[in-house]
Formats: sequence, C-alpha cells, structure tokens
Amino acid sequence: MFDFLKKRFNKLKKELDEEVEISTSQKVKSLILEQEIILDERKVSKILGELELILLEGDVALEVVDKISEELKANLVGKKKKIGVRLSNLVEHELIKVLKKLFYSSSFDFYKYIEEREKPVVILFVGVNGTGKTTTIAKVAKKLMDRDHSVVIAAGDTFRAGAIEQIEEHATNLGVKLIKHKAGSDPSAVIYDAIQHARAKKIDIVLADSAGRMHTKKNLLDQLEKIKRINSPDLIVFVDESTAGNDCVERARMFNETVGIDGSILTKLDADPKGGSAISVAYITGKPIIFFGIGQEYDDLIEFDADWLIDRILGKNSD
Amino acid sequence: MKLGDSLRGIVRKIAKSSKIDKYFVEEMVRDIQRALLQADVNVRHVMQLSKNLKERALSEDLHPRLNPREHVIKVLYDEIVDIIGKGVEIPLSKQKIMLVGLQGSGKTTTVAKLAKYFKNKNLKTAVICADTFRPGAYDQLSQLVGEHGIGFYGEKREKDAIKIVKNGLKALKDYEVIIADTAGRHALEEDLIKEMIDLEKVFQPDYKFLVLDAAIGQLASKQAKAFHDAIGISGIIITKFDGTAKGGGSLSASKETSIPIAFIGTGERIDDLEKFDPERFVSRLLGMGDLKSLLEKAEEVFAEEDLDPKALLKGKFTLKDMYKQMEAMNKMGPINKIFDMLPFGFNFDVKDDMFETTQEKMAKFKVIMDSMTDEELENPKIINTSRIHRIARGSGTSPQEVKELLKYHRTMKNVMKSLKSGKIPFKKLAKKFGM
Repeated sequence: MFDFLKKRFNKLKKELDEEVEISTSQKVKSLILEQEIILDERKVSKILGELELILLEGDVALEVVDKISEELKANLVGKKKKIGVRLSNLVEHELIKVLKKLFYSSSFDFYKYIEEREKPVVILFVGVNGTGKTTTIAKVAKKLMDRDHSVVIAAGDTFRAGAIEQIEEHATNLGVKLIKHKAGSDPSAVIYDAIQHARAKKIDIVLADSAGRMHTKKNLLDQLEKIKRINSPDLIVFVDESTAGNDCVERARMFNETVGIDGSILTKLDADPKGGSAISVAYITGKPIIFFGIGQEYDDLIEFDADWLIDRILGKNSD
Repeated sequence: MKLGDSLRGIVRKIAKSSKIDKYFVEEMVRDIQRALLQADVNVRHVMQLSKNLKERALSEDLHPRLNPREHVIKVLYDEIVDIIGKGVEIPLSKQKIMLVGLQGSGKTTTVAKLAKYFKNKNLKTAVICADTFRPGAYDQLSQLVGEHGIGFYGEKREKDAIKIVKNGLKALKDYEVIIADTAGRHALEEDLIKEMIDLEKVFQPDYKFLVLDAAIGQLASKQAKAFHDAIGISGIIITKFDGTAKGGGSLSASKETSIPIAFIGTGERIDDLEKFDPERFVSRLLGMGDLKSLLEKAEEVFAEEDLDPKALLKGKFTLKDMYKQMEAMNKMGPINKIFDMLPFGFNFDVKDDMFETTQEKMAKFKVIMDSMTDEELENPKIINTSRIHRIARGSGTSPQEVKELLKYHRTMKNVMKSLKSGKIPFKKLAKKFGM
C-alpha cells in the first residue's frame, strides 16, 4: 500500500549512502571511522529538503511536513556522528522517533473504552460529505456486534438526499435497529430518540450519523453544536478519506477546533493512496487514529497500528 | 478558494515591488511553490514550474508592451495555465454520457447537475441510476432530479447494472440527453473495473466523464490513468471546488493524462456547475478577474429580471434596483463566488464567514425594503428620521439596521459609478493579455 513512499525512501537512502562512500576514500576510511563529526545546518538542510519532497509526494500536508522537518532539524543539527555511521540511518532513526512520538502520545484502545464505559455509549461521527461516514458507521456496528455488543444507529444526516435510505439499508443488512425521522428534521432529536431507545432496551452503543454539509459552514457547525449540547456524546469520531491531500488538514482542524473530536478514522486506504494523510490528521488534531477503512465490505475495517504504518512508510516490511 | 487567496497575494506583491531582481524572483518562486504544494498540485509539476519561472522571469525578453512587473505576472499566468490541463467543449446535441469515479467523489450530485445543465439548454434530458452497489443511491438521484423536470430511470432492487442500463435505454429512447450514474470504484477493484468496461459496451456513451473530488491528493493522476486505460475518459469533472479543497490533485491529473477538464462543481445547488476554461480559471485564481464569465452569468440572470445593467452603470441606482439586484445575485449564487470573478483591486480581502453574515444581512435588508413605500424606494433621499423609525417598526428591525441599509445602498451606488468610469485596476493589464 505504501510501496511508493517505501521505494522513494529506499532510493534516497541509497543515494545518500553512495555520497558518503564516494567522498570517503577507502584508504583513510578505517582510520577515521571512529572519529566524530558535528552535523551542521547546511548538511542537514540538504537531506531534509529531499525528505520533504518524499513526504509531500506521499500526501503529507505541507504544513505538517514543515513541522516534522523543523523537529528533525532541531534534533539533528549539532549532533555528533561517527563517520562510520551512515547519515541516512541517522535521519531515518530520527524520523521514526518523531512519528512514534506522534502516534504513541495519542494511542487509544477503542474496545477497552467501550467495555469500561457506562452504557449506552454514544458515538457521534462527523466529517465532510463523501468521505464514507455512513459506510464506516455500518462497519463499526459490525465490529461491535462481533464482540457481542448491542447497537442502535441514529440516522442523523437529515440533510443530504438519500442519506436516510442509505443508512437504513445498511441497518437492514446488519440486522440493527435504526432510529430515523423525516428528511430535513432536527438531527439532535433523532439522536435523542436513539439514546432513549437504547436506555429502554438496554442497548450498549448508539452510533450517530451526522450531515457532512449544510447550506453554510456556520449552519453545519451550529447543528453539530446543538447535537453535542443535547446528547453529550461519549466519543466524537472524525471520519476522513486517506485519498485526500492537504485539505484533510483543513477539515481535521475545523472539526477539532469547533466541535472537538476524540479520534479519527481514515477511509479508502484500499484505493492505494500513499498514506500521508494519517500522519497529517494525527499531527494536526493530536488525537488518535482509531481505524482504517480498507474496502467496501462490512469487515473491511482494521484497527490502526502505528508500528505497522511507520514500517510500511519506511519500507521495513517485506511485503 | 484558498489557492486563489495565496496566489492573489503573490500577484499583489509583484505589482507593488520596486525592483524585479534575482532575489525577488527567488522569493516569489518559493511562495508560489508553497501555494501550489498546499493545493495538492503534483510535486514534480511544481518543481518544473519553479525552474521555468526562474528562467523565464529573469532572462526572457520583455514583451514590448509590458513593463518588468507585468512581464513577471504574464510569465506566472502562462506557467500556471500550463500545469492545469486543457478545457473541452461539450456540444449541445443528442448524446449519451456516463459518469465514473472513486467512491464519494460526488458522482450522483454531478449527474443531477449535468442533467440540469442540459435541461437549461432546452434539451430533453434523463438520468439512469446504474449504481447498484451503494445503498441509497437510487433514492438520492431520484430525489435530486425529481423536482426539475428531468427524466429518471432506475430499478431499486435490481443488482445487475447492465440490465438496468439496457432497460433504461429502451424506456428513455425519446430523450435527447441520457446520463448514467455508476457505482464508485477505484483502480484496484478488478470486478468493478470489469463491470465498468461492460457497462461502457452496453451503454455506448458519447462522453465518459471521470468525477474527481477537489480534495484528492497525489493519488489523482494514478487513478485517472487507470480509468482512462480501462474505458477511455473524454473529460474530467472536478467536484467540491467550493470547499476548502484547492483542486490541485485533479488539475494535475488532467495535465498528466492529457484528459481535458470539462466542468467544475462549485456549490451544492443543482445549478452550481461551470464549464471549465483554463485561461479564465487562472485569471480568476490570480485575481485578474473573469469578467467574461461574470457577464455571461449576469446576462442569464438579468434576462429573467427586468433589470437593465446599462441603466445601472449610468448611475441611476434606486433601492428598487438594489432589491432586484439582490434577488438576481441570489440566483447567481453566493456573493463570494461573484467576488471571485471580479478583477483584482476591486476584490478586497473578505473572509468566508463574512460572506455568510453578508448573506444573512441581505435577507434582512429585503425585509426592511418590504416595509418601505414606493416613493421611498425610488428616492431614498426622502427617508428622514421619522421615516426610519416607521420602517424599523414595520419590519421588526431597529433604526440602526435601517440606517445600515441606507449606507449600504450609498456604497453600492458608488461602486456602480466606479464601474462605469472604469476605475478598475488591472483592466489595462487584462486588455494586454487579450482577456
């Protein structure tokens, strides 16, 4: 899936290594291998410039590339390096450190949270149109039912044409109860009814859909604000597509700063995007990535695994 | 349009610069690089453009009619036109059109918009729902076209898209334009790609449009190429251009695959679909205005209203005219889109949320004007304090709001005057570029 990034990174690594080898005469190599040099800004900037392009081609947003690059620079400049140690290894090591810090500082055990939380657990899904909110809700419902939880879905997108019918069909396929009102009605009321239903029938989890767009951004945010005020969801999950480029940063920031999100799900990883959007969204929101969507079937949802993602981006996996 | 914002800033910087030298060009190229990368333009294209800009801005011979600043703007304009791909003309005649694309790119909405586009040109138009995969696709499309006098064919429970298309072609044989919606798919889904190829054989479309979301990143070119290899794409439609997304990925995909861009979706209303014209698009991006599009659009709308643009430009601009103008503007779409078409200089920096408040205010202004007498509307000068109080009471607003409306009217009147006197910066430049 991340073949592209992987290849580019390996190529860069090779280039850098060759540079070091060529500039080091074989004769003196053994004599100075143990000597240390200090990495100056010029050297580091050159490598980072190349690395930035690779990350950009991998769909990491410019803003995030800048920040990662700054962090790497701060970590690398002035650092001592033994001549025998390959510069590329050092850069790779630092990049992994930065990414691990990013993903681990916000890791989150979704299932454990569901187990321990007082029932019903209310999860609100937010995000712009077309990213796969509705399909993702169906997939999450399936995952939870596989773990013997009971689920009710609230048809909270009352705005987009066909949205209620779409989620209704998913609910029917999965055998899940759907609470719906008419198109154009108040989603806060739909979700409220779903929560009441869950309380009455002792259902564990309420999964609430929401509109991805309204006539204006202000309308949408007002609506989400009202849903939040009335229904106090336990979790607000931001859904975006991994095929998006820089825009996912704008969207993630908008939802995180206005409505406030607890985590993200990135969809459409099966379309073979280069994968950088996961880094962008995690970086901008500081919130965990919970799942990846990897296909059109209900089971096509995988738990986010930071090591797996980092390894793939850096070409550590053999597949 | 954020890309427009940053590019306009750069053009402004160039226009204001005291000297165009190596340092200035290098800084400018850096700014442009960042703006384009942030817009998801293909990274390799950005690097090539940077190189070309640097070379051409400093070394190319100046056009005799251009000064150095204008020369740099012209070079920038050319280079950006060069990286975004071409437009294509779609004839207004009997034809079949098939839309394909990734999941969630906005195909169904676009099918409805495209149908409305042909319907507006007086062609008998119908749509077929051949998306048998996504739940709710049938309902969404039938709801979208339902109220617009557009024919619809679909079979709600049928899972065989080929069969639906066959039946649809029979049922819709009296229609001039038939547009088929298909399921979302990506290049790696072999079964779905095969289904698309089969659909193409049965439907035999004259045009095959690939719908791409303006938010798509570096993946765009690869996907576009795969669709093109499978069925031969005749044009790209870029959707969701009105959001925060900047569309660079799709624009690059067009350039990379040489598939022209046919339309862009610029809003959620069914009429928010524009023909794509690269030159106009770029002049709008760079803030040089797109008076051609604006006038065309205005003509369409004004034809319905009894509003004479020429009389307005003569400086006769009463509250009644303003009322009509507001209604016309409403039909033309959100104010910010109209502003995008106005030339640089006339285009002050206005934030998106300000436009939203403006739109709310406009609605209020109309309510206030409804409480005015004909005489007041024709001759606002007679509105004194006691009239202001009466109008405020009648419209359920405050005297401050009535005064605000009167002030707005005076501003608009001045704007009309300056339009007439041609006090628009860059008009000269636009002329030099032959726009």
